[in-house]
Amino acid sequence: MPNTQHLEDLTVQVRRDILRMVHKVNSGHPGGSLGCAEFFVALYNEIMDRNEGFDMDGIGEDLFFLSNGHISPVYYSTLARAGYFPVDELNTFRLINSRLQGHPTTHEGLPGIRIASGSLGQGMSVAIGAAQAKKLNNDNHLVYSLHGDGELQEGQNWEAIMYASAKKIDNLISTVDLNGKQIDGATDDVLAMGDLKAKFEAFDWTVVEIKDGNNIAAILKGMAEAKSKTGQGKPVCVLLETMMGNGVDFMMHTHAWHGKAPNDEQLASALNQNPETLGDY
Amino acid sequence: MKTYTYTEKKDTRSGFGAGLAELGRTNPNVVALCADLVGSLKMNQFIDENPERFFQIGIAEANMMGIAAGLTVGGKIPFTGTFANFSTGRVYDQIRQSIAYSGKNVKICASHAGLTLGEDGATHQILEDIGLMKMLPGMVVINPCDYNQTKAATLAIAEHNGPVYLRFGRPSVPIFTPEGQKFEIGKVIKMTEGSDVTIVATGHLVWEALEASKALFEEGISAEVINIHTIKPLDEEAILASIAKTGCIVTAEEHNYLGGLGESVSRVLALNSPVPQEFVATNDTFGESGTPAQLMDKYGLNSDAIIKKAKAVIARK
Repeated sequence: MPNTQHLEDLTVQVRRDILRMVHKVNSGHPGGSLGCAEFFVALYNEIMDRNEGFDMDGIGEDLFFLSNGHISPVYYSTLARAGYFPVDELNTFRLINSRLQGHPTTHEGLPGIRIASGSLGQGMSVAIGAAQAKKLNNDNHLVYSLHGDGELQEGQNWEAIMYASAKKIDNLISTVDLNGKQIDGATDDVLAMGDLKAKFEAFDWTVVEIKDGNNIAAILKGMAEAKSKTGQGKPVCVLLETMMGNGVDFMMHTHAWHGKAPNDEQLASALNQNPETLGDY
Repeated sequence: MKTYTYTEKKDTRSGFGAGLAELGRTNPNVVALCADLVGSLKMNQFIDENPERFFQIGIAEANMMGIAAGLTVGGKIPFTGTFANFSTGRVYDQIRQSIAYSGKNVKICASHAGLTLGEDGATHQILEDIGLMKMLPGMVVINPCDYNQTKAATLAIAEHNGPVYLRFGRPSVPIFTPEGQKFEIGKVIKMTEGSDVTIVATGHLVWEALEASKALFEEGISAEVINIHTIKPLDEEAILASIAKTGCIVTAEEHNYLGGLGESVSRVLALNSPVPQEFVATNDTFGESGTPAQLMDKYGLNSDAIIKKAKAVIARK
């Protein structure tokens, strides 16, 4: 068992960042952001092979594309705390003249971001393109992407899923955040997607399941397994089961916090449950 | 008056194919994508010579636009190929978010634009694509007039860093611009000098404008024909310099008057020098099946229509 204490500490700090960012502007998406905090922390600090600094082309390093752009708070916090831009800049989230737009974009030149996302369903295609560019460049590094489960209702995903296996895009690890919730309620109630593992396997992907997607050790183990299955002629899908709102008791077991910010009292309670570890911005 | 003749007719899409093949030999970063229309887009030569740099996407245009955006991350210059309808309206949000807003260096190459696609009818004859594309911030919009110009435009857009919409067509049309011409994005080419009326034409309508100018000349009317291959950015200076002489203008395009070249020109006039303008364009309508010539006649997009509008606009001076 690897010592994951520094990742645990970082996760708590990322949670605090997320909560404070959305509280300050009374908007944004804390639920999905909190659910993916462990995944982002593990991905950027342990799993991906990253170069110093930021170069758009990302030659000679692993790349990440966020398709469900509304969980920008967790993305921004992770990027800032990985050194892509000053942590203080998290103060500008969703404010006018900020590089930290409501949904991530390259438009303002924020280091770490390689594509705009927000309008759902587009990120897997982009990740596939980047993976094919890596193959053309004889670059052995991997491309990672993250997608919401509700997002898979967008048809473009299935064009991409079909293409990735047909064209043997085996340097791609696409993770689906299986939190079972979307804006209008449970995914099973809004538009049930059935057995996603069977669906991806039917499209000839390799599927790795991470049942406890809010446990760092489980994430590290599952992603290592996913990585070990790249380069074998098939794209790899990780089904990451997470809890929306994880780490804040009143935000869990509900879809209510998908796109709602806590008030002052709720923020105080949420922060109390997540004591400062590495210093607030 | 300077007159133009031709010895050969060819489709503008073949000019694209020839340009793409040349880029395949000269620019190792150029890659091509197609959504199951390789033959229609004349991409075969590029594919034969550079199979590893070609991506057959299948009938999945949304995925194609996203993959093209992703290929730019890694330094590639993707050229996507499908019909104009499937290059724009079908994938507008993919272009908007993953390409235009993301500032990706993707070249959206669109064949079978406009009515001259012919018999397939209105489902395939997009007359709104210029409007859709010119509204996207940062998007360059180019509609060349013949085989040689389309080839030159294809080469030129590879040198431009940023998203481009390149629109061309299916039918064989006269080749009247020089082989190996230099193509300057955003710069018009003045085809004839004239003093009575300015005719600003794009795409297939440039040849029709030249034919119209000959007929007008015989009636004692001096028309200045401007070949405006780039609709965005618009060469405002050239338009204003011409109307300063002629005092009126006809715009001609194979597109709806709403959202097309004509409206872009109207804005320049309104802001700088209002003069009478007439539009040769479709009138807020869908197309239909027919031969290209029949359709261009029925919808008022040929030299006869340009002659009528030229006389009408002169009468309004």
